[in-house]
Parts: sequence; C-alpha cells; structure tokens
Amino acid sequence: MANVALDPHAAIATTASGVGAALTTADGKPLARALARSQRRARRRAFLLVLPLLAFILVTFVIPIGQMLQRSFYNDGFSRNMPQVSAWFAATERGTDPDEAAWAALAADLTAAAEARTIGMVGTRINYDLSGARSLFTSTGRALRGGLEPPYREALLGINEGWDNPMLWSAMREASRPYTANFYLAALDRTRDEDGRIRQVDERQQVYVMLFMRTFWLSLLITGLTFLLGFPIAHLLATLPMRKSNLLMILVLLPFWTSLLVRTTSWMVLLQQQGVVNDILVWLGVIGHDQRLQMIYNQTGTIIAMTHILLPFMVLPLYSVMRTINPSYVRAARSLGATSWTAFRRVYFPQTLPGLGAGALLVFILAVGYYITPALVGGSSGQLISNMIAMHMTSTLNWSMAAALAALLLASVLVLYWLYDRLVGIDNLKLG
Amino acid sequence: MLDDRLGDAFVAFEHVQKSYDGQTLVVKDLNLSIGKGEFLTMLGPSGSGKTTCLMMLAGFETATHGEIRLAGRPINQVPPHKRGIGMVFQNYALFPHMTVGENLSFPLEVRGMGKSEREARIKRALDMVQMGAFANRRPAQLSGGQQQRIALARALVFDPELVLMDEPLGALDKQLREHMQFEIKHLHERLGITVVYVTHDQGEALTMSDRIAVFNDGRIQQLAPPAALYERPENSFVASFIGENNALPGVIEELEGDKALVRLDGGGVIDATPVNIRERGQRTTVSIRPERVEFKPEMMPPGAHTIEAKVLEVIYMGDILRARLAVAGSDNFVMKMRNTIGQTRLDPGQTIRIGWHPQDARALDPV
Repeated sequence: MANVALDPHAAIATTASGVGAALTTADGKPLARALARSQRRARRRAFLLVLPLLAFILVTFVIPIGQMLQRSFYNDGFSRNMPQVSAWFAATERGTDPDEAAWAALAADLTAAAEARTIGMVGTRINYDLSGARSLFTSTGRALRGGLEPPYREALLGINEGWDNPMLWSAMREASRPYTANFYLAALDRTRDEDGRIRQVDERQQVYVMLFMRTFWLSLLITGLTFLLGFPIAHLLATLPMRKSNLLMILVLLPFWTSLLVRTTSWMVLLQQQGVVNDILVWLGVIGHDQRLQMIYNQTGTIIAMTHILLPFMVLPLYSVMRTINPSYVRAARSLGATSWTAFRRVYFPQTLPGLGAGALLVFILAVGYYITPALVGGSSGQLISNMIAMHMTSTLNWSMAAALAALLLASVLVLYWLYDRLVGIDNLKLG
Repeated sequence: MLDDRLGDAFVAFEHVQKSYDGQTLVVKDLNLSIGKGEFLTMLGPSGSGKTTCLMMLAGFETATHGEIRLAGRPINQVPPHKRGIGMVFQNYALFPHMTVGENLSFPLEVRGMGKSEREARIKRALDMVQMGAFANRRPAQLSGGQQQRIALARALVFDPELVLMDEPLGALDKQLREHMQFEIKHLHERLGITVVYVTHDQGEALTMSDRIAVFNDGRIQQLAPPAALYERPENSFVASFIGENNALPGVIEELEGDKALVRLDGGGVIDATPVNIRERGQRTTVSIRPERVEFKPEMMPPGAHTIEAKVLEVIYMGDILRARLAVAGSDNFVMKMRNTIGQTRLDPGQTIRIGWHPQDARALDPV
C-alpha cells in the first residue's frame, strides 16, 4: 500500500511488529492485527461509499473510451466477413501475386458476403485505405447474384476491371488481419505502398498533421490571450473591496451561465461582415464600406470566440491564488528598494504561478479538444482536429479513424501534462 | 518652538492629516519629531491612526494634508522604494518562493550590489540575528520566532538609518515575544538606528521605547518617555490605557498651586495634583495607580486626607496581593500590596482607610 508511511496509525503498527510480537492488546491479541481489524471496517465503509461513483465512471467513461480506443487499432469488418481470402493472405507472403486459389477464395467470400448483405461493410473497410473500393465491392455484389463459374479471375475481371489493381490486393491484405496500425498511419498522413512500406501520402491529401499543428498552435495562442486578458482582471478582482469584486465576478461568470450556443451565435452577430463591429468601423470611417473585415468563419473567428469562452477558466484559478497573496509582500519588496515593476516581476508574479499553471493547463486542454465553436465560427481555416474527429464519427462513419485521431490527441495532451509536471510540478497546481 | 525642534529632527510630521473617504479624518493634525537614533513607539488601540502614520512614513499611504520630512527632506512625493527605510511587517512578509538568503539578497540586488559584497552582508546580517545556518531554508520551514529574526535581518541588511516595525511581535507567544523585545532593543542600541515601532501592547512599548506616542482618535494624546507616561499621565485616556488605573470622578473643591482637594461623587474628600484643571468647581476624574494606594497611616504624608474603603476580595498573585475595594460608591477600586513577610493581611469585609501621596493622585479631565 502506497500511503502506509503517511498514515500515522499504520506507522505505529509497523513499528510495533518491527519490535517483535511483544506488543499486544489488553486481551492478548497482537496489536498490529487488532489495529488492522479496527481499520478494515472503516476502509470497507469508505470503499462502499465511493463504489457507486466508481461504477458510474466505469460504465459511462472508462469502458466506452476503452472501446473507442480499441477501434483505432482493431477493425474486423473485412476479416470476419471474408474468411477464405483472409486465410489465403495469412498463408502467403506479402507481395505474392494472387493465384487461382486466391481468386476462388475471393469469389466465394464475395458471394457469401453478398448473400449475407455484409458486402457493404467489407467495401467500407477497404475504402478506408483505398478510396473508391466501396463501390467496387457493392457493384460486384449486385452482379454476383447468380454465382460465378471458374476461372474466377476472368469472371471477376469480367464484372469489374478494378479487381486487378495491385493496390486493392495490398489493401485487402492489410485488412485481412483485424489488428492494424493503418489508422494511426493515416492520422499522421502516412500510408503503405504495395510492398507495405510506409510513405507520406500525396501533398494534396495531407491534412491531419497540419490540423494537429494548427490545433496546438491555436490552443497555445488562445491560452496566451486568456492569460494576457485574464491576469489584470483577476488581479483587480482580488484587490477590489468585496462588494465591487463580487459584482465584477458575476460579469466574469456570466458566460458560464449562458448557453455556449448563444454565446457563439452572438459572436456571429457581432463579427460578421454585415455585423455590429464592421458597422461601427464603417460608421467611424476607419474602413470603407467595401473593405469590411472578414472576422468570422475563419481562424480569427475561432480565436476570438474561444478566447472569450475559455477566459473564465483562466481568471478563476488566478483569482483564487491572487486573493491569498498578502499585499504586504509587494509592500515589503517596495520598502526594500524595488520599483513597482521589479516588485511585480520578482515577488508578486512568481507567487501567482500555481494559479497561472492551473489556468493555462485548463484552457489549453479544453481548447485542444474544443469542437462546437470552431465548427460554428471557424469556416474552413478555423477548423480544429476535433472537427475532423466529429466528421469521421458522423459523416464518413470511419470510427476507427476518429478513434485513432482522438487517441493521438489524448496521447499528446498526456505528454504535455507530463512535461508540465516535470517543468512546473503538478503539486504547484491550484484550481481554487 | 515646535518648528525649531522640527528643523533638526530626523523624522518630522508637520500638521499631517489623513482621510480615506473624504468624510472622516483618521489622523488629525499630527505633529511629531523623532530624533536620530531614537526608539519611538506609536501606541494606541486599533483604529487610533498609528498604523496609518507608519504607512505614510513608509510611503504606502499619502498624507491628505501636511508634510513629512526625513533627514530634513520632504518625502511626500518620494515613492517607497526611494525612501531607503527598512520595514518589518506584522506577518513578516518574507517572500515564500525565495530562500532566506534570497530574501536577504533581494534589497541588495535591486541596489545593484556585487555578488561578493552581497554575500558578505547577508552573512553579517544573519549572524547578527543568530540565524547564520539558515540561509538555504525556505520561510515556511522556519518557526514564527525564526521568521521574525529573518524579517528583522532583511530590514537591516541594506543599512537603513530608519527602520519601521508594524506590530512585529504580535504573532509570537508571550515568552518569545519578551525575548525578542530585548533583542530588538539591543540591536537598536548596538546599531544606532532610528526605530519607529507600532504596537497596541503597552508592556512592549514601556519595555523598549525611548519615547512613546500614545494615539487615540487620530491624535497623539501624550508623547513622553515610558516612566513619565506611566507616572504622570496627562489625560484620562492615557491614564486608563497605560497600566492599571483607578478612576474616581468628582468635583474640584479647592485649588491652590499644584495642590487640589477633590470632593468625590461617591462621598469623601481626597488630595490630588491638578493636571489639566483650571478652576474650582470643575468636574474631574482622579487617577491613582493601584500600587500607590496606601492603607497604613505611617506610609502616608502627614495631614493626608483618607477615605473609607471596604475590602471585597483579596487575590493572591505571588509577588503581589491584589485587593478589590469598595471606595466612594465604586466596587472596582484596586489596591496592590507587595507580598513581603511583614505585610498586613486584609480579610474580605474588613473596613480600612486608604490614602496616598498627593502627587500620585492626578486630577485629569472628566471621562
């Protein structure tokens, strides 16, 4: 047990047993065992109290996420429905040209799949690696109704020339085993050629790495902006008299109490080309009528709206830390000869670091996974990786791809968290 | 005359007023001059304006009216970091994210001092407060008394000529507090610095100070050395605030030079020294210290007036015996007797006659 050393009762128990069996209770039982028994009930009761929550988290959080993550490296859409050709792939080496046995297995599997109406599923799986494959499978499935006569190669090619494509056979070989790293490769803009070597996809198709970079860069930028905007406000909140600071706190918390959708749409009203901000700028003569700024449906919109929405997550931890900083520290620094800037830089600011760390970590992690705001105001240049995950979940139905992207996102956040722990120390975090 | 003295004073407050809200004055027309090397204590109840005065001197509050001068130079417009005043705060205000050494190094670094000189000075300052071995500790790892020493060392490390202390011993337990009082006193004597010390603890003020300024209601009620303050209070507030005090209300019956007869409201006539009394018939409160009350006729001056007192209880306090008496309608008259071998024992219910030297009974303003 990890916390034995921290538990004073446990410490006594170990000392007692270390001395020998000398220490006993009044009725002669070993003290250590009596102590363990007296604590067991309390432990059991504590465990029973948290059990409902534990079960709830297990059922609603751990298991679904585990299942989702499993999809990123496990997909049996092909291998389950195409057993014969999968067996042929397993028996031959990579790069083997399909012989008549392979064609026969393929024809038999296709016929069976067409009858079981699972051929679409099979086509979808291959389509992940080779676009256009799904229609090849479904159209072949329709033509297969009457069954096929050997030689199967010619018969299948007679239905569609596409069956001779070596890339198709390579893709089917990849899909013949349910475990695959291909989704991760695709999520990093990589793919396999016919020989199974990993290479970058065409430049025109590279999206994910760029999106990851953009997501991290924008999240960093938004974290920086919330810090710049939130620090003075938090300081003001912490130093104003209680009555005024409570009022200001309501203003800070107001965004929390309004629907995310309402807030995002109000940014649309404000920032669109015929919107309030542009109208005012035109009215002031800052810009001409035909020079209206594009401030929404692009990255600018995403940055503005997300900074606003995430600002309280920076302000609140900062505020809670700043409120505990006694003003006499800055006074002491001033009386010791420091200018107000030096006093801020060397005495006040270092003491706000736990709050800043907590706020920055919160904002950054929330921003990295943010979905609805970029989806509504991001246009195409303001889309983040979460929007791509959502797209794979809802429109392309490539859940494995979505899971791989999400797993990469999760992993990179964990790495950042680990880095933060190494650099700043997670003990220095103060959330409120 | 006041202005002449202010001319060569090290620290001078001249007609200083302070208001926070524009409606009430927290400090009302303060005039105070502090000599170089003096240990001056501002003593008073909370809200009396003493801390505000200290903050104005340190530069954290601005005077609403009047002038503050340091070594002859007006400092109203000088920001705190250019005043060169060392300060010890009530909660020590040691920077928690720095070690003790870094805390002491801070004032030297902002003055652009070289590393070797910094280290020499830090060592000297730490040795001065017997904390030489603690340079690498964090403030949180130190006890209250140790933090207090470090705060003191930090306020002294850059050799300020003036050090302000804002109730620096308030958070310590009694024994440590008394020990630190002597240490601060000895440091002051050894270094020859000027100290302005704020406290609400009169014992502390009496022990340490050269002079004490008693604050109440935004004014200095009396400015005097400890003995004079205790023995010759100039008004009822000072008499009641410093030490234990018996207050007997009455009317001046006779007034002749430095002698007065006072007819008490509760009956009886007593001798007193008129202090802020101008004429016969004026109302007054007579203040008598419990240890100056006598009940044996041979201890009183010849011809002294005595009044009747009934012993209500006698409390044994070790070094003294403390008797509560009913005198002139008051049940809270206290008399202290030294616990010596020959001391007469009083019993509750006993009736005695008490009296005193006329100069020990001071006829002050009515409460």
